[in-house]
Amino acid sequence: MKTNSWLKWASQMLLFSLIAVVTQIAFVQDSVAAQNQKMKIALVLDKGGKDDKSFNSAAYQGVMRVKREMNSFVKYVEATDDNAFEALLRAFSQKKTFDLVISIGVSQVDSVKKVAALFPDQKFAIVDGIVDAPNVRSLVFQEHEGSFLVGAIAGLTASPDSSGLIKVGFIGGMDIPLIRRFELGFAAGAEAEAKRNHHRIKVISNYIGITADSWNNPAKAKELAMAQYDSGVQVIFSAAGASNSGLFDAAEEKKKFAIGVDSNQDWVKPGRILTSMVKRVDEAVFQTCKDVSEAKFKGGAVHYGLADQGVDYTLDEYNRSLLTPAVVARVEEIKKEIISGKLQVPDYYKKRK
Amino acid sequence: MEFLASGVQIFESTLRVSTPLLFAALGGLLSERSGVVNIALEGMMLIGGFGAAAVALSTQSPVAGAFGAIFCGALFAILYGLFVIELKADQIVAGTAFNMLAAGVTPFLMKVFYDSSTSTPSLPLELRFQQGPVWISWVCLGLVWAWLKYTPSGLWVRIAGEHPEALDSAGIRVKRVRWISVILSGCLAGLGGASLSIFLASSFSRNMTAGRGFMALAALIFGKWKPVPTAIACLLFGFFDALQIRLQGVVLWGSEPVPVQFIQVLPYLVTVLVLAGVVGQSKAPRSLGVPFQAN
Repeated sequence: MKTNSWLKWASQMLLFSLIAVVTQIAFVQDSVAAQNQKMKIALVLDKGGKDDKSFNSAAYQGVMRVKREMNSFVKYVEATDDNAFEALLRAFSQKKTFDLVISIGVSQVDSVKKVAALFPDQKFAIVDGIVDAPNVRSLVFQEHEGSFLVGAIAGLTASPDSSGLIKVGFIGGMDIPLIRRFELGFAAGAEAEAKRNHHRIKVISNYIGITADSWNNPAKAKELAMAQYDSGVQVIFSAAGASNSGLFDAAEEKKKFAIGVDSNQDWVKPGRILTSMVKRVDEAVFQTCKDVSEAKFKGGAVHYGLADQGVDYTLDEYNRSLLTPAVVARVEEIKKEIISGKLQVPDYYKKRK
Repeated sequence: MEFLASGVQIFESTLRVSTPLLFAALGGLLSERSGVVNIALEGMMLIGGFGAAAVALSTQSPVAGAFGAIFCGALFAILYGLFVIELKADQIVAGTAFNMLAAGVTPFLMKVFYDSSTSTPSLPLELRFQQGPVWISWVCLGLVWAWLKYTPSGLWVRIAGEHPEALDSAGIRVKRVRWISVILSGCLAGLGGASLSIFLASSFSRNMTAGRGFMALAALIFGKWKPVPTAIACLLFGFFDALQIRLQGVVLWGSEPVPVQFIQVLPYLVTVLVLAGVVGQSKAPRSLGVPFQAN
């Protein structure tokens, strides 16, 4: 009898908390469903989620700017696994009320390809991958160019050990061609600058994993970074989404340098992050939304590189004391050479062909 | 000399990486020796990891964070016990459901508390453990080993998993023994999660256990449900994980480094080989997974 009343109480509590959860969700949906807004934008984020302080955060900020400046209705979702992409894209397309559906991340390419073919009237944008369809705009970045710059910064900042050897490191999230592109550019930049100063250089690179979990495994990223720092590496560049925080923790504990990625991450651990290789996903997303609102949307691939500041290195109040004027001057010089075409940065995508 | 130095680093790294596994495996051991299957370890770790990060943040103390993990793990285990001990739900199904529940509840709580769907705010260096959890995990191993081996109540736990009827006829309440074991299991698995979020990393992030609960379960089976062999199994998994980190990009033969994909399969390959070959027959407690019904 005693157990029974207790059970009843417990099940009621469970029910109440469930109701609380459900009403909370309904409330969130209602509060954003305001009327009289000009444009409706749907954003499908990758597994990292809007607060990965990196790639997805940049996209989210871009869309939030659209919401502020163009008085648009914005609905965002975070996919929790790779199988969710197609269902989410379909759900948005079927409503036929969204002016633009934005997909973030290379893992959505196949889903966008499929859903865009089914809904030819729905406009799509995809970041980081190319889908060849008239209703899809593909926003891609010249990651190798930006990575070359931060590689040069690493090569210029790290000091050689007793045998004249410089060691810098790279940590990738998931082992995919896109991240290999970062690695190749970074290594090329570091090697070029070390050679120019007549130092020998070794670039050590590691990958967190081969599944999408790799974007969310800071503990593993930290172990990899510790191993690299222990072997004499002085600067590590990491392109690993939300796992990057593990690298920053290791840099803090070992008092070495790290380089951030996608968003400006210099503020995360001031004094330990040399610079960040920013990808202006926010800008690309904003421009696309603007084109939609001005009825100028066209399909096809748009490339963002150093020339239009689609990729760049960062210099702000958090890292100004870490980069000497000589380093900054040299990096600016390299930047000009890349933009003018005088300096060719190796591209992993082209290397494979 | 360099070889020696890297040996020391691999050793340290092994200890660090195997800490969450050891906590979780000890938790699983207590629950399973008492006769309750616990595949909800992964979920208990997630809840504990979140609790640790949240409490450490709000109290500004990692020790309080660890107690927060114990508390949250215990709470989750009580809920689990309610379903599998009292309501006699299928333990595999309930365990799976609890893993899903934890994977869903933690991002939800993050959203409510911190308005972030990815991770809790990051903890500064002084709010994280540097080495503590490694030692505590080995102390816990000693305690669990001594408890099960030398105390009457430890004997009850073992009998509850083998011959619950015998325990019942001796006048000991089987359900009560199982309840205590499951709650302790939640505390230990919670600590496992804490050692991820406030020791190996600096915040709790979504699904950060990345399968470690199941690795712990494998270690438990590999260790034949005995504390010391289980700990050795955890160390072995930790060692291969640490080794794997250092083998990446190393050229073993020819001119190309070994592919990352192959290196990363190593810990799992070893698990399968060891489970299938070296260990021999691993026998579960006789009444594992059978709910107890007093006559």
